[in-house]
Amino acid sequence: MSDPVLQIQNLKKTYAGPSGAVGAVADISLSVAGGEFIAIHGPSGCGKSTLLLASGGLLAPDSGTVSVAGKDLYAMSGDERARHRAARIGFVFQQFHLIPYLDVLDNVVAPTMALPIADGKGKAHELISRFGLDQRIHHVPAALSTGERQRVALARALLHDPPLLLADEPTGNLDEANGEAVLAYLAEFAAAGGAVLLVTHDPKAARHASRTVLMRDGRISKT
Amino acid sequence: MTIWRLILREITHRKIGFALGLLSVCIAVATLAGAMTLLRAHDLRTDQIVAAKEAETQREMAKMEDDYRKIMKDLGFNVLILPKDQNLADLYADDFASKYMPEEYVDRLAKSDIVTIQHLLPSLQQKARWPEQGDRTVIVIGTRGEVPYAQRTAKSPILEAVRPGTIVLGYELHRGAKVKEGDTIALMGRQFKVAKCHGERGNKDDITAWISLREAQEIFRRPGQINGILALECVCAADSLEKVRADIATILPDTQVIEFASQVIARAEARRRAAEAARAAIESEKRQRAKLRSEREAFAAVLVPIALVGCMAWIGLSTFGNVRDRRAEIGVLRALGVRSNQILAVFLGKAAVIGIAGGIAGCAAGFFAGTAWGDVGDIPSLFQPGLVVASVGLAPILALIAAWLPALLASQQDPAIVLREE
Ligand SMILES: Nc1ncnc2c1ncn2[C@@H]1O[C@H](COP(=O)(O)OP(=O)(O)OP(=O)(O)O)[C@@H](O)[C@H]1O
Ligand SMILES: [Mg+2]
Repeated sequence: MSDPVLQIQNLKKTYAGPSGAVGAVADISLSVAGGEFIAIHGPSGCGKSTLLLASGGLLAPDSGTVSVAGKDLYAMSGDERARHRAARIGFVFQQFHLIPYLDVLDNVVAPTMALPIADGKGKAHELISRFGLDQRIHHVPAALSTGERQRVALARALLHDPPLLLADEPTGNLDEANGEAVLAYLAEFAAAGGAVLLVTHDPKAARHASRTVLMRDGRISKT
Repeated sequence: MTIWRLILREITHRKIGFALGLLSVCIAVATLAGAMTLLRAHDLRTDQIVAAKEAETQREMAKMEDDYRKIMKDLGFNVLILPKDQNLADLYADDFASKYMPEEYVDRLAKSDIVTIQHLLPSLQQKARWPEQGDRTVIVIGTRGEVPYAQRTAKSPILEAVRPGTIVLGYELHRGAKVKEGDTIALMGRQFKVAKCHGERGNKDDITAWISLREAQEIFRRPGQINGILALECVCAADSLEKVRADIATILPDTQVIEFASQVIARAEARRRAAEAARAAIESEKRQRAKLRSEREAFAAVLVPIALVGCMAWIGLSTFGNVRDRRAEIGVLRALGVRSNQILAVFLGKAAVIGIAGGIAGCAAGFFAGTAWGDVGDIPSLFQPGLVVASVGLAPILALIAAWLPALLASQQDPAIVLREE
């Protein structure tokens, strides 16, 4: 099997709370290789989002390491990490997090602000077609349905052809059909050689994943 | 996609916030530009007022001088120095002296240290027939103007010399000959250019022609001779005539001194006083304008900083608000790999746009408000390129300073906090 795209080792993260430290991630080691679609599920508050943000280089852990495409994220400078993230990691969120004043096309090309690519517009058009959004290309997010918004977010996450997709509850705000469609795209991405880490408390996601992990109280309790 | 495009998109999305920011910069810069334009208008207006006042006082001075001349005509005294053997009865009967003395006398007097006499006017006078004008009677006076004292610093002469080749004609003479200034007229075989034609004075001046002393001496064949020195006394206390006589007698023993009308002095004095009054009037006008200016300056010195500080506070607070509204956007931009100093650039760039646009608009608004209130006809002269550069340059700098802290906070914001809030 190829080298893992994402490798998490002994990750630990606690938050400072008013009554002492709150443990979010206790001790997690996990690796996701290209072609793998790993779904982590578990109850609310078990530390799923914390794990995901730390995996994406947005949240420094207390201890442990996170490597993406062979590079230790927290051993590099903030700017290097940002560039690495732009090139290697795509994010999808439950709230979509589209930029409200940009139309669909501008939202999809937004990652070129962080890392310019040749013919970003052409690539964006291609992705927009792939997700069936041709008719909505100049609409702002507020004019779109939730399913369409999540597809815009997916297109944006894929603009730089990242080897790793991180998805936090991407189906949480979607109806059955749209949720299924998003999960199907993630599976398709993995089938094409990408690495997917999905966190959700929806056990149904398991059907599309190549592996499911159950998380409880900051730890992996069952694979 | 560039940061620049993101800024412009955001501006067009949140138009009201942008418009308010623009308005605050516009008002502040307009206050500055308007105040500076008004002050400049004030200065130009002051120049205009003072120039008008100067012209007016010059006119009035000319009139006043004339009035003084009329009033003072018979006041005070001057003295006429004549050869000792001149019979005064003949002098009064004939209107001119018939005896002569050397022209050198006046130089002797000028070189002396006599202090009672102020001005020396040597002349050669002769009553004659004017062959070219039907033998009419004419009094010809040859004069060389005022002789400067060797001992004293030169003053401006109170009478101007008649230049050789020119002639000054009394009223009856130029009227009879039908000539005007610039014409040429013959007198006893010589050609003279008419330098000046006097108005009617109602005395023997009306039949008098003035020419240069040298030419008069040649015409009357009196080389080096004169028949009178008009000595004009400025310090004319009534009892000083005896003193003047005694002084002159010691220098020029074979002369006599008689009193003579003093209008020349009166005129000089009148001119001096009128000039003084005019200067005082202009000075007081200038003082008043300066006082008004410093009042306006003080007002601007309070108003302009208030407007600038208010504008900066507004820009700072609205940038804070903008950063708060865009927390999720900042988080997701970071997730997309946008670097923290790019986030800084997003907010500073917006502030710079507001500053530049507001600066230009405010500068124009202030200029036009200033010209409207400035009450100066010549609008282009109020335009100050330095002010345009300063206000259009200053506004973005102040906006950047005001936006700096909130922009810095935005760039330091932890993206994880908003991204986990689901
Ligand atoms: N900033 C914070 N300060 C203190 N505690 C925090 C903070 N953020 C998260 N936590 C705690 O850390 C734990 C893990 O949070 P996290 O958001 O990772 O859970 P989650 O599994 O994603 O939950 P959900 O399914 O509801 O999204 C929770 O107990 C939460 O209360
Ligand atoms: Mg979560």
